[in-house]
Amino acid sequence: MAAVKETVDRVKAIDVDAYKYGFVTEIESEKAPKGLNEDIVRFISGKKNEPEWMTQWRLDAYRRWLTMREPKWARVDYPPIDFQDLYYYSAPKSAPGPKSLDEVDPELLRTYEKLGIPLREQEILAGVQTSKVAVDAVFDSVSVATTFKEELARAGVIFCPISEAIHAHPELVRRYLGSVVPVTDNFYATLNSAVFSDGSFVYIPPGVRCPMELSTYFRINERNTGQFERTLIIADKGSYVSYLEGCTAPQRDENQLHAAVVELIALDDAEIKYSTVQNWYPGDSEGRGGIYNFVTKRGDCRGPRSKISWTQVETGSAITWKYPSCILRGDESRGEFYSIAISNGRQQVDSGTKMIHLGRNTTSRIISKGISAGRSNNTYRGLVSAHRKATNARNFTNCDSLLIGHDCGAHTVPYIESKNATAVFEHEATTSKISEDQLFYCVQRGLSEEEATALIVNGFVRDVLQQLPMEFAVEAQKLIAISLEGSVG
Amino acid sequence: MLEIRNLAVKLADEDKQIINGLSLTVKNGEVAAIMGPNGSGKSTLSYVVSGKEDYEVTGGDILIDGESVLEMDATERANNGLFLAFQYPIEIPGVATMTFLKAALNAQARARGEKELQTPEFMKRVREAAKKLGIDQDMLKRPLNVGFSGGEKKRMEILQMALLQPKLAILDETDSGLDIDALRIVADGVNALRAPDRAILVITHYQRLLDYIKPDTVHVMARGRIVKTGGPELALELEKHGYRDFVGEAA
Repeated sequence: MAAVKETVDRVKAIDVDAYKYGFVTEIESEKAPKGLNEDIVRFISGKKNEPEWMTQWRLDAYRRWLTMREPKWARVDYPPIDFQDLYYYSAPKSAPGPKSLDEVDPELLRTYEKLGIPLREQEILAGVQTSKVAVDAVFDSVSVATTFKEELARAGVIFCPISEAIHAHPELVRRYLGSVVPVTDNFYATLNSAVFSDGSFVYIPPGVRCPMELSTYFRINERNTGQFERTLIIADKGSYVSYLEGCTAPQRDENQLHAAVVELIALDDAEIKYSTVQNWYPGDSEGRGGIYNFVTKRGDCRGPRSKISWTQVETGSAITWKYPSCILRGDESRGEFYSIAISNGRQQVDSGTKMIHLGRNTTSRIISKGISAGRSNNTYRGLVSAHRKATNARNFTNCDSLLIGHDCGAHTVPYIESKNATAVFEHEATTSKISEDQLFYCVQRGLSEEEATALIVNGFVRDVLQQLPMEFAVEAQKLIAISLEGSVG
Repeated sequence: MLEIRNLAVKLADEDKQIINGLSLTVKNGEVAAIMGPNGSGKSTLSYVVSGKEDYEVTGGDILIDGESVLEMDATERANNGLFLAFQYPIEIPGVATMTFLKAALNAQARARGEKELQTPEFMKRVREAAKKLGIDQDMLKRPLNVGFSGGEKKRMEILQMALLQPKLAILDETDSGLDIDALRIVADGVNALRAPDRAILVITHYQRLLDYIKPDTVHVMARGRIVKTGGPELALELEKHGYRDFVGEAA
């Protein structure tokens, strides 16, 4: 009986409803020829009319990439990727840099509507949304719309596609691009440096508190297309910004590659709060299809008393390889990492963070909640290190894993390095299962098993959910329930 | 109304018979008590009636308001108006008591096709019910049952019962671990829920609880069946002579 129920639940889990963003938008697109070589890199750079320094930067990265190998140390397993069998550039044909939303293909706007992302400022202003969020929407390789630009400009905030920033603010881009994640950093980051297509650029001037949440929504639509976005956020002295990132992709049988790079720079007394709700297509219950999410995210607390906080809710992707990190360079700077990683079906997650303490009196905090269901594997991998000059460095780490069912795995791999005797690092870890007794108690009160599981899991991740901006927390809570559908059996 | 006909139950994954030809009726408006020695199958009975999956019904039937519930899962039974006050209420970390109460109330409303309660009305009801049971407002913000004392946990069970307004309530050893003051509060809570359209089944080891919740009928359970049925006087008799006679009789 149990086996039958399991099969029924599995089938239910691959129902279209389980991944409700799995639709494909029929839209004409312009692509670069398949494969990767110097001509493709030049093609991408040419499409964006980039200055020569940018083209050279990309070519240097490409040449470096040819000498590098894919990292193999993560606890994930997938067949070799044929990097010549991918498209590296795809753009919706009708949208060569629309001037206003009226010029955007209505099909595209409908896509974002289906995803629940408000692009029309007037609707937002009319009170459809209670709080204002400026959105940059990236569709395959190009940014299609950025809202509230003028209002932000009045505050001196620059929020635009990075392709635009390269032209409009070359001095900022040249100074900061690659300064946190160097071109040579790792296989995927180097690949990204060569072929990155678009992404968001944010600059907050000194002393400015960004007047609204900034947000980017990424959507991979095209078949066989890699998405390589690049995000660069600079918070100048004494400024503050909160930034949200959301991701979805259609349901496809083949795997799609997503290799993004995010760089954050916080100068003296500045604060950046970066939140992600990642919901790429996870593949079906047998592990067919889904996104390979190989992402490099790093923040540099460059100035004294600066602060960078990463919050992530990871529910999608077939494979996740992602370690949002903080370099605590400035004295008394602070890094935070709050993570919820949920894996179901055959998903594989290897995620965590690095807190590199370089400055004096630097502090960091890591709260990681991993939830594994189905036949998935979920690994927390984290590094906390204190360098010689990091006097009085402090870290607190808490890693909790929750198992649902009997066929999944949870793993915790903490690395701790201290070269300074005054550093104090604390590490706590627990692994637990949802008990039959807890489930029975909840269903006896009228909840279905799935509702009960979602409730218990939401309790488990509460500390982290509280870190998300309000609108996102509600969305994340729903997402958690959807991701766990079919996990009870 | 609860009707149990010639019920036979074994452990699902073991060949161990726990309930053996048990018959019992609790009418609407009635408060019935089941008393019995440890290991007589009292708690098992409460779990089987509520649909816990660790047991297998091998014979007989369980009916609530004339309808067999054997084919219903625990959720459906709860939504049909069955409530079990647990002997050992379960802790749910990170889930605020208020959140849990709302989830349960809304789930039952949805299942019955009723409208979910609006938040202000919900809060008002919870606060009023909590006040009657001497439950502190702060406790409602804390994760359900986490760090609660034995008495607090039992009061929380009665609070849930009061909010859910079940047709059939089973109280499993609600008196265990309670001091005399807490016992009185809990008993008052139960007495307040006596109603002509509600059946209440109280499972207890000791007569003490029945001083506060006066039962209409008392059943003695031993070796997985009801061995004697009588009025409140039967409980007093048991208190005097113990269960020894019945254990022997059943054997």
